[in-house]
Amino acid sequence: MNKQAILDSVAKTYQKEDVPQIKPGDTVRAHVKVREAGKERIQIFEGIVIAVRHGGIAQNITVRKMSNGVGVERTFPVHSPNVAKFEVIRHGKVRRAKLYYLRDKVGKAARIEEKR
Amino acid sequence: MTHVFDDEGRFIPVTVIEAGPVYVTQVKTPEKDGYSAVQVGFGDQSDKHLTFPKFGHLKKAGLTKNVRHLREFRVDAVDGFEPGQAITAEIFSAGEEISVTGTSKGRGFAGGVKRHHFKGQHMTHGYMTHRRPLSSGATGPQRVFKGTKKPGHMGDEKVTQKGLKVVAVDAERNLVLVSGSVPGANGCLVTINKEAK
Repeated sequence: MNKQAILDSVAKTYQKEDVPQIKPGDTVRAHVKVREAGKERIQIFEGIVIAVRHGGIAQNITVRKMSNGVGVERTFPVHSPNVAKFEVIRHGKVRRAKLYYLRDKVGKAARIEEKR
Repeated sequence: MTHVFDDEGRFIPVTVIEAGPVYVTQVKTPEKDGYSAVQVGFGDQSDKHLTFPKFGHLKKAGLTKNVRHLREFRVDAVDGFEPGQAITAEIFSAGEEISVTGTSKGRGFAGGVKRHHFKGQHMTHGYMTHRRPLSSGATGPQRVFKGTKKPGHMGDEKVTQKGLKVVAVDAERNLVLVSGSVPGANGCLVTINKEAK
């Protein structure tokens, strides 16, 4: 077994198997585990995926949403145990991999067409 | 290196070390050798490439398999070590603090900026000294003191990284996951010491 295969197999044991395919432009709902006063509950963060960084277990996605008129972005490691699950609600039709231009757009201009 | 998640969901960079099985090839005792130590062998080598003295040495230890590397570990007491005995990664446990010794990557003949973190001078505006070493000391003693930092050979030396932590142990495949990085290039030989400091 070569070195890379060993590394991959080690990382694989820590990876989730049921992660849906997430692409830039998708609207996702992340079920984030929040620990408060010794208790654990689920908080939902819903927004548009503006970037996907690949890399096996290191894969992460950046989700952007508007909260009371303020843009909020969170980056989630896809395989993190702190995220219970991801739901893809809507597939967006986009023409580039990183949607950083959305940061300069508000309202109607920040919409993304749905893919059919 | 790769990464793993710990129990609390933290993302930890780890180095995967194949820690065994190593085979005891010689047990040194104070009576016979003047000090107590255990010599172990690791790796695989074909019969074709085995030298005759090494062949005899391994045969004496009663090994059924050839080993490539031999390393000696000083121990307080040699009780419980037998020639031919296999030691696996199971001697390590998660959470344990260790230190790892290896041979650092060779940098060849390196300048002062890389080797000793000299500041260097400006790259433009008429400077012609850029990354040169400049002054070697005062004019008073009329000589350069021994040990003055100069360009020269860098790397390819013994380095010990202390205070590392075992993140997990895969006993089945003899893998030890160590937090952070260890000295040396990918795939090189390192020794793991249970003394962290």
